Amino acid sequence: MTTSSLHAPTRRELLLGAGVLFAWAFVPRIARAEGRDPRFLTIVLRGALDGLAAVAPVGDPDWISLRGDKAMRLDGPTGALALDGFFAVNPAMPHLHRLYQTGQATIVHAVATPYRERSHFDGQDVLESGLSRPGAVDTGWLNRALASLEPGERAARSRQVFAVGPITPLLVRGSAAVLSWMPPRLPPVSDETTMRLLELYRHTDPALARVLEDRIGIAAIARAGGMEGKPDATEGPVIQSGGIAQVRAYFAEAAGAAAKFLATPEGPRVGALAFDGWDTHVNEGAVNGRLANLLGALDGAIAAIETNMGAAWSETVVALVTEFGRTARVNGDDGTDHGTATIALLTGGALKGGHVIADWPGVKDTDLYERRDLRATTDLRAVLMGVLKDHLRVEDHALATHVFPGSDGVRPMAGLLA
Amino acid sequence: MPLDPKGAALGLHRFGLGPRPASIMAIASDPRGALLAELDRTNVGQIVNADLPTSGAANRAVFEFLAERSAAQKREKKRLEAQGAVTANPAASKDDAPKRDAMATALPKIETLPLPRQIFLNEARARVDAATKAEIGFVERLVWFWSNHFCVNADATVMAGGYEREAIRPHVLGRFVDMLLAAEGHPAMLVYLDNAQSIGPNSVAGINRDKGLNENFAREILELHTLGVRTVYTQEDVTSFAKVLTGWTLLQAVSDPDHGGEFVFIKRLHEPGPQTVIGKTYPDTGVEQGRTVLRDLAAHPATATHVATQLARHFVADDPPPSLVERLTQRFLDTDGDLREVARALVTASDAWVPERTKIKRPSEWAVAALRATGVEIDIRRIMQAQLLLGEPLWRPAAPKGFSDDTAAWLDGLAQRLAIANAFAQREGASVDAQDLAETALGPLLTDHTRRVLQGAESRQQALALLLMAPEFQRR
Repeated sequence: MTTSSLHAPTRRELLLGAGVLFAWAFVPRIARAEGRDPRFLTIVLRGALDGLAAVAPVGDPDWISLRGDKAMRLDGPTGALALDGFFAVNPAMPHLHRLYQTGQATIVHAVATPYRERSHFDGQDVLESGLSRPGAVDTGWLNRALASLEPGERAARSRQVFAVGPITPLLVRGSAAVLSWMPPRLPPVSDETTMRLLELYRHTDPALARVLEDRIGIAAIARAGGMEGKPDATEGPVIQSGGIAQVRAYFAEAAGAAAKFLATPEGPRVGALAFDGWDTHVNEGAVNGRLANLLGALDGAIAAIETNMGAAWSETVVALVTEFGRTARVNGDDGTDHGTATIALLTGGALKGGHVIADWPGVKDTDLYERRDLRATTDLRAVLMGVLKDHLRVEDHALATHVFPGSDGVRPMAGLLA
Repeated sequence: MPLDPKGAALGLHRFGLGPRPASIMAIASDPRGALLAELDRTNVGQIVNADLPTSGAANRAVFEFLAERSAAQKREKKRLEAQGAVTANPAASKDDAPKRDAMATALPKIETLPLPRQIFLNEARARVDAATKAEIGFVERLVWFWSNHFCVNADATVMAGGYEREAIRPHVLGRFVDMLLAAEGHPAMLVYLDNAQSIGPNSVAGINRDKGLNENFAREILELHTLGVRTVYTQEDVTSFAKVLTGWTLLQAVSDPDHGGEFVFIKRLHEPGPQTVIGKTYPDTGVEQGRTVLRDLAAHPATATHVATQLARHFVADDPPPSLVERLTQRFLDTDGDLREVARALVTASDAWVPERTKIKRPSEWAVAALRATGVEIDIRRIMQAQLLLGEPLWRPAAPKGFSDDTAAWLDGLAQRLAIANAFAQREGASVDAQDLAETALGPLLTDHTRRVLQGAESRQQALALLLMAPEFQRR
């Protein structure tokens, strides 16, 4: 028997790849009793976001001397967007700026987890586990927060539940069962990963290096800094970013889909996803290079969430967090290395937003942590506790003991929610 | 005996399906001995106790399935017409179940899929399981090699999986002639290479129906399965051999509910009379006429050279050392095509162990190597999708020549490999320590440079993607 269509690949068959959204199917009971139906989405930015490049202290007199011609400033053709007279957001993020101005975004600066070393892996473990130090753990703070809540009626009654074991991010691993959803396309390979692989090939396997160079479609080999219009910058070839359209589409699609699920009346209420590629050691391009592109894609993702949430946006909080910040100064490759404090972004219609929360440590040489990194003056756990408490109604005791064990002295930040 | 972990790692990657945890040290005392021992293991290369239908049963079940589906659609159309409704669009509702809930992870249960898809996926699952569970995977690699040598296409037949279990695996360490007879006589092959419709021009059916010969099957047997292209045969040999093979077909499920889909020789289709193939005349002995030609082809020295070259090219290098090809050819001839002996000759040849690893793994080998190293179990559909995206969809080669063994053919897909590695790593990387894994999967093959790159990765996910893409893991 001959049937030519038996194994033709369907679109569904081509589904493959990362599970980006991991979600909880219940409405928290106490919140429901209050007549609320809160949505909470956490987005992990893996690779360590340069907080100073995303939200710059343009009012700090030491700022320009710290970053020199890489410092974002209010004037000039690509001026940063002013927030409060002291801070300004990267011009690649107009949606975030608009949300801030309308009280729907809050920025916490000089914030960090309790982790003070500079390993991505350990840093991400601390960020996602909610523990005070790296080590063997198998549950994440978001899952433990959910497990401590009394579930109300099951919102996603018609949905299959996937117990998730080892395939989910640590953040959502744990006893509370979560669903997973995969975007209908392969997640894009970040430029960072591609460049690292290319470097590896160049050192160990020139034949594979040549193939990869061809295949990733390097439009041109530019001089370092060329993308930022500085012909006299340091030497060394860089890849011109060719895949940013793909990254933009992916960020917007993944975040937008997450929002659609969370907005559905019988959909899940709490979700998490992760975006990679923030490890900008070389040619960071904060104003109109690689990081600007990534921040633009992230801004598009925020806009997609707002749009797709619809009416539920007013009950939404989105938290964007990263494992640590980057060095305060630019390194010899026009990039930044692993650092300490950074920003946390909150956005959503449920916030009482429109301000930057920062106990600003300054950026003078002597202000810096170990004379290299922005000093952490706010504990990220306080921010997350504040959201979990006032938005989802996780109790103080649970926050201190189960969700963020070892957080003695850290209190939930008050006043974040409207 | 001193330990040889480097030889063990090389052997696992080149001849096997890549290390599993502790594999390298397990065979480090005698890598070649371990490969040879796998050849002698009971039932090695066989899929036993799998709840899989025979080719014939699959064929019949799918025939019924398609017939019932078609009837259901027609019934529905009639019902709508009777209601006076506008003609329904049958294409719209044809294949897809109601739009599925995307939150339900987008992968429905396999048992709910259309039957042909179920059969394919169950066969694929059994094959991947055999590959991931094999201690070294040398025999599975041989199965894959021979299955590709005698390839069929799953787009043409629902029997592709059954074909591999029935025609290839039983003979993978047996005699070449037996595999040849089993493959060419299998309904999946007869459908794929159009022999099921080939009719002798002077046969009873040929005269009555004024239909004729299809040379495809005979040509591919000569060119691809036995002698090799541009060797000792002519166009006349192809035509004569095609006539010899007329009548080799399969019972039709539509008319035979008990044996449809099984091999049958139908004399009414068979070209009568003797035929001359490569200088030898074969009297018309019915089905035996074809079998006799196949036996002679299996014993022809050109076949030995062809097969030996293919094997050496697959396992060792695109341009294999002539001495290795010669050695395998000789062993093939000396043992009447005993494939276990040829496999032994391969792993005991010193020039099969050259340290230069010039070949990159085929997508299927690479995917299974990743699963073996990480121990991750993933839905068979994702594995099939990965192979599809990388240009090696299981049992669906673009042509009867099968998938290429030239490294260049697979290099093109390197960027796609990175996309797959990245996707896999996003999904699985959080729980994998890529640095430990590098030692597990590569042992002494891991270079310091790669080790450093993994240490400096921005995330566990990136480290895993880079490991799977590292030259040490890509090449074999």
